Amino acid sequence: MEKIQHDYPALYSVPHRVHVGVVGSGDLEVLLEPSPDSRAHVVVNTSVDGFGATWKNVLDRFFLRFQGAASIEINDFGATPGTVMLRLEQAAEGLRP
Amino acid sequence: MTTEAAARPDYRHFLERRSFIEMGARERAHAVLDSGSFRELLGPFDRIKSPWLPLQGIVAQADDGVVLARGTLDGKPAVIAAIESAYQGGSMGEVSGAKIAGALERACDECSQGRLILPVLLFETGGVRLQEANLGLAAIAEIHAAIIALRRYVPVVGVIAGLVGCFGGMSLAAALCTRLIVTRQGRLGMNGPEVIEQEAGIEEFDAEDREFVWSVIGGEQRHAVGLADDLLEDDADAIATAVREAFCKGPTPERSTQIERYVGLLRSIDPDQPLDGKALRALWDRGPAS
Repeated sequence: MEKIQHDYPALYSVPHRVHVGVVGSGDLEVLLEPSPDSRAHVVVNTSVDGFGATWKNVLDRFFLRFQGAASIEINDFGATPGTVMLRLEQAAEGLRP
Repeated sequence: MTTEAAARPDYRHFLERRSFIEMGARERAHAVLDSGSFRELLGPFDRIKSPWLPLQGIVAQADDGVVLARGTLDGKPAVIAAIESAYQGGSMGEVSGAKIAGALERACDECSQGRLILPVLLFETGGVRLQEANLGLAAIAEIHAAIIALRRYVPVVGVIAGLVGCFGGMSLAAALCTRLIVTRQGRLGMNGPEVIEQEAGIEEFDAEDREFVWSVIGGEQRHAVGLADDLLEDDADAIATAVREAFCKGPTPERSTQIERYVGLLRSIDPDQPLDGKALRALWDRGPAS
């Protein structure tokens, strides 16, 4: 089990919490909530060790388009990068009015 | 209408229904409660999760796999506990078990003061979470005690939709419910097929043989022999309706209070004779399902 943390700059605050996904085989859970400051913070708890660089790539790409000041916790049970991106986008979608 | 068309099954209903089985625990709770009434208790952002799984290298889910919610059923106050089977097989750990037991105990307190709360349990569980061993078992015992205490005031309604089914100590919890709703896909049993095969041998029980497995522990069979009350299609609206109706049925003696009856049924079985699902149906009254 590995814990990975990254911070990103943000342009706007997020209005409310969003929860998506499940810690099931090949899937993940995303808890997105307003950040205590004006930056975005990501904590990843993953069952698969040694994929730090892949996580960084996926998160970098997500934050190219998402600029909300959100604290995001990810509980991962071996999801592929594609699934991770879909869950992150699903969470971001949950912020739309 | 031609005879051919009349014989065709009504596929439109099949296509239009919302599958309950395909829903996650939270969606299921939403689907059963009155629209818009869902209010989650100890949700994922409360982060009341298993302290034991991370110590064993397993990532914990923020709600420990149990969704608890208050809401209403036809406007009447209700509490619902839905188990998420995708997380650790819906297993009951210290926290997930305590969430269900606590909710039922709380409902019992309210009921004892004259404020009725309708309790619904959506089972989808392999039973105790082996990584949490005795702590999970203790929580399951608390769930049993809470169901028995609560059903003095109000029916406790359980649903086993599938595909995991309901096993282990939680099968006892399902059996203690005042009314149990199952689908054909649901399964109910003490030991799961794989466990029986492992312990008794493949000659005794072939867990790969799905037709055989469902003929013994499947929802249709359990309903036919009287261990479940309602057999439904996998249809979220039908299940939500059946839950409401279950609370409206008059007082029925719980199975666990009918000791003489079940001792008699057990005595009717001759252990020297092979017994399959069909033979048990013939033996135990309710006969083959239509």
